[in-house]
Amino acid sequence: MRDQITPTLSDLFAADERLALVLADISRSQLDPIFQRYPLRAVNVGIMEQTMIGVAAGLALEGFIPVAHSIAAFLVERPFEQLKIDFCYQQLGGNFIGVGGSHDYSMSGMTHHTPGDILALRSLPGMQIVVPGTAAEFDLLFRAAYANNSPTYYRLSVRTNQASRPVRFGELIQVRAGKEATIVAVGPMLDQVLAATADLDVAILYCTTVAPFDRAGLRALMSGDTLITVEPGYAGALLHDVMETFPDRSLRVRALGLEQRILHQYGTVEQLDAALGLSETTIRQAVESQHLAAASTAERL
Amino acid sequence: MSDSLDHVRAFMARASGDEKHDASVRSTLEVLWMLYDRVLRYDPADPHSPARDRFLLSKGHGPVGLYAILAAKGFFAPDALSDFAHQRGFLGHHPDRLLVPGIEISTGSLGHGLPLAVGTALGLRAKGSDRRVFVLIGDGESNEGSVWEAVILAANLGLTNLTCILINNHSSSIQVRDPVAPFAAFGWDAVHAATSNQDALYAALSTQHPQRPRAVMVDVGARGA
Repeated sequence: MRDQITPTLSDLFAADERLALVLADISRSQLDPIFQRYPLRAVNVGIMEQTMIGVAAGLALEGFIPVAHSIAAFLVERPFEQLKIDFCYQQLGGNFIGVGGSHDYSMSGMTHHTPGDILALRSLPGMQIVVPGTAAEFDLLFRAAYANNSPTYYRLSVRTNQASRPVRFGELIQVRAGKEATIVAVGPMLDQVLAATADLDVAILYCTTVAPFDRAGLRALMSGDTLITVEPGYAGALLHDVMETFPDRSLRVRALGLEQRILHQYGTVEQLDAALGLSETTIRQAVESQHLAAASTAERL
Repeated sequence: MSDSLDHVRAFMARASGDEKHDASVRSTLEVLWMLYDRVLRYDPADPHSPARDRFLLSKGHGPVGLYAILAAKGFFAPDALSDFAHQRGFLGHHPDRLLVPGIEISTGSLGHGLPLAVGTALGLRAKGSDRRVFVLIGDGESNEGSVWEAVILAANLGLTNLTCILINNHSSSIQVRDPVAPFAAFGWDAVHAATSNQDALYAALSTQHPQRPRAVMVDVGARGA
């Protein structure tokens, strides 16, 4: 997914002279084509993330559409106040492309992990959150949202789904129909969710825009009385939207994601996933236990 | 139009309630007046005009002086000052760029303005504009690391359209012997100026170095801080 950044930006920078790129050392050589072709619209500030965001906001004040980028943990967590004040409070548009969501940097330790980025950004009014499942989906969603005059975070990951979907910014899409429950899979979790529920009669909805969340779409596509969300980071970022979508209904709701625990071990992404309780197996177990609970309730009624 | 420092002081008296930062207000007032009366190019009837110089108040606490100057220069009606910090007004203890004509950035949290100013200066350069960016910071504010990030960066980028004014009223708890020396060490054109010497202050603010950003430190002494 990370490899898609340069071609997407190269294309858009040629077409739209409002775009400006701000880096803090990370990916400088990968993005060299932008620096070579548009030297006035690209700056590497060095290792200073607060200033990366401040500079991006200054460019936005002057009518540019900034794109800031780094490892997700450094992009979101270190300059969090700049995102809040320079962008959200000042109502400026910008784009923030993070690589290494959750523990993609699986050999690097917690300093490079951000399983909580989506939850943290969800607390900022006006901050949009995009979680693509493939490189092509990132390209589609970035083109759709980059100039929408809002601050938008794109969470790129080494995990991808096998197939791209015809996603649209701000919309849920139904990937599979089903009657007994509804599962909302966020971004790269889709394939695991599909595999875990292949033989079950459940609806699978695909979410690539966590904020603004498609409540109308969820209302229209909801099936059954059980709703399970599956997120690539810590669980819970969709919960408020889900609850507000059905204030009048009694639903069985479960939010799945990484266990909220700091690891002191290294390995592959899959090994760390398993250590934090998020895998096809645990998804299956959770769906089955909700499913059985729902079925036994139905029997009793 | 009410257009003198005496008028400005009268306008400031209309706004009551922000006692905590009196020292800030008095210390910045003379510099702000010099800027808005003699240095900055702008049109109060068109606060977003591309032909304006940009002034960023990074030291966002104690903005009453700037509010009063903006009113005196015609950005908004002076009556608004009577509603300072009131629900029906748009002038708060820290300025909101979405509410106040003439306010470029929404500050109050220290250390944000200089990076914003660097981005603004870059934007102007990318557009081929000859307009200037001025940003005002304080000595206490200069405790914040983000200030020094931007100091390092601005010199590195050779932003000659950027002037940083550092008001030293000795309010920092951490004593720094010469707050402007690091600017020079990092490659800025750093000068001292005093409000007691209007000509020197004007020269410091109105001229640009051909290769480097400029820092102007104004030591106003510790006034009731």
